[in-house]
Amino acid sequence: MNAMANIKTVAKRELVGYFASPVAFVFIVIFLLLTGFFTFMVADFFRREEASLEAFFVWHPWLYLFLVPAVGMRLWSEERRMGTIELLLTMPLTAWQAIVGKFLASWAFLALALFLTFPMVLTVNYLGNPDNGAIFCAYLGSFLMAGSYLAVSCMTSALTRNQVVSFILSVVICLFLILAGWPPVTRMLEIWAPGMVDPIASFSVMFHFESIRRGVLDTRDLVFFASLIGFCLFTTGVIIRGHRAG
Amino acid sequence: MELNRGQPGLAAADLTPCKWQPSNVEEDGMIRVQNLTKNFGPKTAVNNVTFSVERGEVLGFLGPNGAGKSTTMRMVTGFIPPTAGGVQIGEFNMLEQPIDAKKLLGYLPENAPLYGDMTVYGFLGFAAEMRGLRGEEKKHAVHRVVEMCFLEGVLHQSIDTLSKGYRHRTCFAQAILHDPPILIMDEPTDGLDPNQKHEVRSLIRRMGEQKAIVFSTHILEEVEAACSRAIIIDRGQIVANGTPAELKQRSELSGTIIVRVAGVPAAALQQKLAQISGVGRAVALTSTGTAAAARVFPQRRLTDGELARAIHQTLAREGWTIEELHTDEGRLDEVFRDITLPDTRKEVAS
Repeated sequence: MNAMANIKTVAKRELVGYFASPVAFVFIVIFLLLTGFFTFMVADFFRREEASLEAFFVWHPWLYLFLVPAVGMRLWSEERRMGTIELLLTMPLTAWQAIVGKFLASWAFLALALFLTFPMVLTVNYLGNPDNGAIFCAYLGSFLMAGSYLAVSCMTSALTRNQVVSFILSVVICLFLILAGWPPVTRMLEIWAPGMVDPIASFSVMFHFESIRRGVLDTRDLVFFASLIGFCLFTTGVIIRGHRAG
Repeated sequence: MELNRGQPGLAAADLTPCKWQPSNVEEDGMIRVQNLTKNFGPKTAVNNVTFSVERGEVLGFLGPNGAGKSTTMRMVTGFIPPTAGGVQIGEFNMLEQPIDAKKLLGYLPENAPLYGDMTVYGFLGFAAEMRGLRGEEKKHAVHRVVEMCFLEGVLHQSIDTLSKGYRHRTCFAQAILHDPPILIMDEPTDGLDPNQKHEVRSLIRRMGEQKAIVFSTHILEEVEAACSRAIIIDRGQIVANGTPAELKQRSELSGTIIVRVAGVPAAALQQKLAQISGVGRAVALTSTGTAAAARVFPQRRLTDGELARAIHQTLAREGWTIEELHTDEGRLDEVFRDITLPDTRKEVAS
């Protein structure tokens, strides 16, 4: 009960912080412009003549690669740089409540950005008869993938006071999470180490996002995202405790 | 002055033997710090520090920069865990029941960190919610500290746009928001102008009547103005612990008497003073105008006024006009320098 109240208070503060500066609006506008550009211009949404949002979702892993670390990079590095972490962690709450609270706030923010792409759904429904169940699954997968990237950013931002370093580190890790299951890489792996393809590819968000995107809600995929988020947040806690212990 | 650097406990104990006994520390006190030690890698930042603070006490934490003041405070407030030793806040152990212990604390960290993207009102609301205050209670608490810290004018301003004085007061307001029985402040007057410093000091003194307060500073006048007790910490160790008056007594100049006499050569005055019984030696001071001045060091510590009376009688018999005659209480800054100056530099200085 108390834990929930603390998490809620931390999350509320974090969200208010996003919207107090123009960062939130800039981010949302860029996100919507880029998704629109890739869907309509690069993937040629109209020429496909398909009532599906595949052209829309296929870009998400790549868009998130840069946009999510941009949201998450300041989570802890800013706290450390400004010294507010000292204020926060001497208040009566545990470190994990603070970590979860801050994470949830950023995740909710990403969810809002994702929600604002709803005109896509309306468009495709107006033009044809898409499988709305699959679209819902794809949204869920996209949301989970954003959460995973965000958890990685959360972890890297705890590592350093410098937001730029935090951003680059998290892009690199997220890139690995994509590439491990990206067809060109898996094809290469098949030649080098045929037995290792599946174990490595199963670490990829691509692999799991693809299967959810096709409309298959497999527990294994959900468990993958949940455990990736859990692991990164746990590591964040370890890193923060490590800093405090000196 | 002799200092036993290897054994900080001794140096502290010989100052106030009746008040300072680590064995009694366990029994009472709002803050009990026991053998606190912190190593950063091979470097020992805080070494075996023990002290306690009762309700109604204002403890000044003195020391040169890098002496370990902030590190000690961070351990007391539970921000960093100690390498060894324990911190007891009220009835709670900071390591075992950190949440309960932190509820009793108000903390003003060094440099008053704040969330710059929030308004003062939003920030205080956040702090109130973190302290479990909701609804009317929250509104009331925020209103109270806004009044106490004179923040009405900037209430809806973004913290980023505030001057340093306002930022400091906002962080201070956060610390006292939930009316905690224990207040810990790391350099609460740092960067404030003289009026604001005075304000904060009187606020600390006033609150100190009901709370247990620890604050660090390197401004010595602050200790005399606001503290009931002071600890001097140097290179991670407590080197002195006592009331400001007791600390001042450690000064070599404490108990010496300054005499200024009109129309007499300094040498004559010095000679005369040296003949009075009880006088160790008399040193001529640089005098202004026609008056000669001298500082008299007593042979041993005398009860108040004894030596001054003798000097007065002797000089009056000579028919000299005394312009000034007073006993020096000693100066805290001198004691501070004496205790905390590195040994090598001390040799050069003397």
